[in-house]
Amino acid sequence: MKGAEAMMKALEAENVKVLFGYPGGQLLPFYDALYHSDLVHILTRHEQAAAHAADGYARASGNVGVCVATSGPGATNLVTGVATAHADSSPVVALTGQVPTKLIGNDAFQEIDALGIFMQITKHNFQIQKTSEIPKIFRKAFEIAKTGRPGAVHVDLPKDVQDNELDLEKYPIPAEINLQGYKPTKFGHPLQIKKAVELMKIAQRPVIIAGGGVQIANATPELIKLSEYAQIPACTTLMGKGVFPEEHSLALGLVGMHGTQASNYSVYESDVLIAIGCRFSDRITGDISTFAPNAKIIHIDIDPAEIGKNVRVDIPIVGDAKAILKDILIYLMKKEIANKTEWMENVKKLQKKSLPIMEFDNTPIKPQKVIKEMMNAIREVDPSLTNTVLTTDVGQNQMWMAHYFQTSAPKSFISSGGQGTMGFGFPAAIGAKFARPDANVIAVTGDGGFLMNSQELATIAEYEIPVIVVIFDNRTLGMVYQWQNLYYGKRQCAVHLGETPDFIKLAESYGIDASRVEKPEDINEAFKTALNSGKPYLIDIIIDPAEALHMVPPGGNMTNILFPERQEPTPKAQCFSEMKKILNPKV
Amino acid sequence: MEHKHIISVLVLHKPGVLQRISGLFTRRWFNISSMTVGSTENPDVARMTIVVQGDDTVLEQVVKQLNKLVEVIKVTDLNSKKSVQRELCLVKVYAPTEDSKSQVIQYANIFRGKIIDLSTETLTVEITGDEQKVNAFLDLVRPMGIKEIARTGLTALMRGSKILKSNKA
Repeated sequence: MKGAEAMMKALEAENVKVLFGYPGGQLLPFYDALYHSDLVHILTRHEQAAAHAADGYARASGNVGVCVATSGPGATNLVTGVATAHADSSPVVALTGQVPTKLIGNDAFQEIDALGIFMQITKHNFQIQKTSEIPKIFRKAFEIAKTGRPGAVHVDLPKDVQDNELDLEKYPIPAEINLQGYKPTKFGHPLQIKKAVELMKIAQRPVIIAGGGVQIANATPELIKLSEYAQIPACTTLMGKGVFPEEHSLALGLVGMHGTQASNYSVYESDVLIAIGCRFSDRITGDISTFAPNAKIIHIDIDPAEIGKNVRVDIPIVGDAKAILKDILIYLMKKEIANKTEWMENVKKLQKKSLPIMEFDNTPIKPQKVIKEMMNAIREVDPSLTNTVLTTDVGQNQMWMAHYFQTSAPKSFISSGGQGTMGFGFPAAIGAKFARPDANVIAVTGDGGFLMNSQELATIAEYEIPVIVVIFDNRTLGMVYQWQNLYYGKRQCAVHLGETPDFIKLAESYGIDASRVEKPEDINEAFKTALNSGKPYLIDIIIDPAEALHMVPPGGNMTNILFPERQEPTPKAQCFSEMKKILNPKV
Repeated sequence: MEHKHIISVLVLHKPGVLQRISGLFTRRWFNISSMTVGSTENPDVARMTIVVQGDDTVLEQVVKQLNKLVEVIKVTDLNSKKSVQRELCLVKVYAPTEDSKSQVIQYANIFRGKIIDLSTETLTVEITGDEQKVNAFLDLVRPMGIKEIARTGLTALMRGSKILKSNKA
């Protein structure tokens, strides 16, 4: 058989059901083999969306997502999506076409050094040089992507490698693969686990920070058990949102720059901090010297390089979060836990202070009100909100959702954290729908982020993928505008999007039903229609452009939360007139 | 406390490994003084000797980040162990007269160096040793006029019978 056929066999052996991609000249043999296979291929309208869709699929399912693009510009268009997946430890395998081996290095048509480009934004990458290497390299790529700390893996496929003949009997797809330089640790060191248990036992003011690692390890049951047994309140990072049910009496909500008072103050006052699968990003810690200043830190992470990278750690435990928490529980359940009445009362007070205020009847609509009505409408078809997957874009929409939308199930809140990639939300929802076909999949996005990948309306229309797109429409790049108001003397520069396009007409041009909502009383109806339609649907909600989000300044003390005042967007007219002069010099 | 660390790394002998490692150093702003690569007793494995400057926190990250790479088999900090270190340096010294030539030859002999090339105006000396010894020789001939220098950077091995083995077994 041809190399490309062996690739299909290899993908099937990895249980791949769906690929997201975009064909091109150097992938013709690959796509010809695809034609003869049972694999489903979703043609996105831009390669970046293919990468985000594969990423959304991976995050919602826990399995590897696969995206494909041709050489040169196809490969470079994948870069943002692959970097986004890798930054959030999402298992994505990216396949790129490449010019035939004899042309490599000649600057041939659509040739680019994809191996070099992807090297720094993946966990590992390969360039297949001989057809006989296909079975082994595909196996390695998937193994590396999904084990240990998951991540993105890239495989470069020269055209002749796809075209040449291969004897699968002679070069079979290996079941087991031994990578000399890659041996992830699963189980935590027993001594460290015992030390951690001793600390948890005597802790007076303990707090858990649960991150994306808990999501990946499916460690939610163990996390809840630990929190309840030892009376430890838990906050989550953006990546960890959903791993600890937010209606739980021990839930503190989001931690960090846009976190709740309950989370940030509890972490600040804690005497023992248990971080699970979190990498202490700058968005969590702010100023390191004022981060949990009096706490002994227990850090559980599968990636040893994350331990001690950003904060000092007292008890490091390397391994899989689920396995480690299980071991911790075995020891802990035999122990008496220190009385924490005072701490619990304190936590309750903080939780009361952090209760979100969401009931507004203003027009233009407040985003809090949108989210409240959205939850009400979803509850009518999904009372526990556990059969709903949300993806967000990046910016204010993302932080409003992270803050106000109550998430109770893991892998149901999907957002670009590490890279903060605008344009992620909508295509990620397409992938998520393939992972969770029975769930309500809703992409929440700002108007700026949506315009970065709005061409995917064609994809959901063509394949009839019932994804709901919700646009928080304020005609402003809200997050940047907010920062300019706070830190740059309200000088708003290049953050106004103007009045185009008409999103309803845009959706209709693709044949997608849409509704615009301008009054708070109409939100619920729009969501009901969308949720019951069973078809792709777009809701354009005109929100208050002056609404800003509380935040901690970057590098600040996490207890200094700012509540910005209202500030109407004021486009700088001068810019506009100057620009007109350039375009119409005669006027 | 900033100081120099000699890190010995066993890697799979494959194209692209050097790029992966140098990219890692660039991206994370690790301060690298020198890097040497060569094959080992095992044709599939190469050894890199990397000299890095930084404090203990930086060094810990260097070792951990290197270990994360799939093609890296073993990383060790030789500063924490007894080791032998050598560098090879070729230096072309300006020596237009018989006197200056014999002076360079004399210096080379004292430093156990070799004269490996000769012209009417220059002598090329091969000198091997640790960094300090090479520097001392260069300081000695500098007043005479150094035309060119080529240095390999440091390479090193642990002392005694101990050897580096994969810790990822």
